[in-house]
Amino acid sequence: MDYNWDWLILFKQSVTGEGLYGVMLLKGLGWTLVISLASWIVALALGIALGVGRTLPNRWVRWPVTVYVHVFRNTPLLVQLFLWYFVVPELLPPAWGDAIKQMDSTLEQLLAVLLCLTLYTAAKAAEQVRTGIESVAAGQRQAGTALGLSTLGLYKHVLLPQALRIVIPPLTSDFMNVFKNSAVALTIGLMELTGMSREISEFSAHPFEAFTAATLAYMLITLAVVWLMRTIEVRTRVPGLLGA
Amino acid sequence: MPYSFDWSSILRAWPYLLDGLGMTAFLVVVAMAGGIVLGTGLALARTFGPKPLAVAAAGYVNFFRSIPLILTIFWVFFLVPVVLRAITGDPYLTVGPIWSALAAFILAESAYYCEIIRAGIGSVRRDQLRAAQALGLTGFQSMLHVVLPQAFRNMAPSLVNQSVALLKDTSLVYVISLTDFLGAASAIGQRDGRMVELYLFAAAVYLALCSLGVWAVGRLQSTRSRHA
Repeated sequence: MDYNWDWLILFKQSVTGEGLYGVMLLKGLGWTLVISLASWIVALALGIALGVGRTLPNRWVRWPVTVYVHVFRNTPLLVQLFLWYFVVPELLPPAWGDAIKQMDSTLEQLLAVLLCLTLYTAAKAAEQVRTGIESVAAGQRQAGTALGLSTLGLYKHVLLPQALRIVIPPLTSDFMNVFKNSAVALTIGLMELTGMSREISEFSAHPFEAFTAATLAYMLITLAVVWLMRTIEVRTRVPGLLGA
Repeated sequence: MPYSFDWSSILRAWPYLLDGLGMTAFLVVVAMAGGIVLGTGLALARTFGPKPLAVAAAGYVNFFRSIPLILTIFWVFFLVPVVLRAITGDPYLTVGPIWSALAAFILAESAYYCEIIRAGIGSVRRDQLRAAQALGLTGFQSMLHVVLPQAFRNMAPSLVNQSVALLKDTSLVYVISLTDFLGAASAIGQRDGRMVELYLFAAAVYLALCSLGVWAVGRLQSTRSRHA
């Protein structure tokens, strides 16, 4: 193969004057981490609330949540991002829409990406939490009710402490997916890790070094997530359960 | 002044959108077939293969599951022409975005299908394999006629689920400017200045198609639990 590998490319100045290619890549990594972690934290909280909502006896709560989860899980992430970025500002009252369009462009992109990733991930997490709550034995719910617990008490003291621990393994893959999904940000011009590696590949004519560096970074992130969730899982293990 | 909708450009651009939808369908069908075939091979290697092969297959699966699909698409899009030029010796050889996209989807989706198929194989009882051996079937025959048919029946709902995910993922070919359904909607929206209508329409179509998949999963699960 007549491709000239040159790993030192990451320590060379960018032709765009943005500094070293390696530093650009680190900036991209920074964006990926910020976007993903911020979205994940909010999505997890929202997902737990929605997951509980889907199992409540009150159908005026259950129905809207079910519709939300279905819609956000069954449209492509990219379409959702385009809706938040291109469509929503047009449909808002004109004064608001204009305010959004006059924002700093990076801030505007960041808002759309955060909103999009958070709501998409929350829908996924809600589904896991619902499954977790439903997998807690039905007898426990009845026992809690028989003890005179209110619905709030039942969830707080009986269902959630168990369900949240059961869903840690499936939530691990959702957590990993946030980092991978954050790559869609490049389509609206926010230069996170994948977008940055693409840009470096164009400017430096060394695509494979840039892609290799990005790939390694994603693999490290995955390892870190798996390790973190594994630690939490071991610490919070439910005594007496096989899967735990 | 609130936004005034005008849906007429969707009607006028209908043939173009339909072409895009055809491309999406083509990508889904070919990537699904390729992904399931390659995924089955990987799952067999992970379950029954000799140790080095099993480890290699596991490494492959973990690799593709830990990087974003967009990055896989970029890798294939830029790497495949270089490799093919080296092999064929033709320095001007180019590979269309369709083939790059297909290769990327098959490579990445096979990793996801592999995990589903592995779970399906795991759900078949070991006695079945012993019985097949007792009947004098070779290893290949017992896989093909005894283990895989049962495994596939058990994992049909998950396979459909993954294919719905694949349908959503195909929209990512946007990044290499291949005109699938989303690409067509986007192009028309930009041309006519009607992005609001076109993106809402695209979302509705994807939602309808995916809902169909979800409904099929529900059907498969309920027929399975009735037979069980």
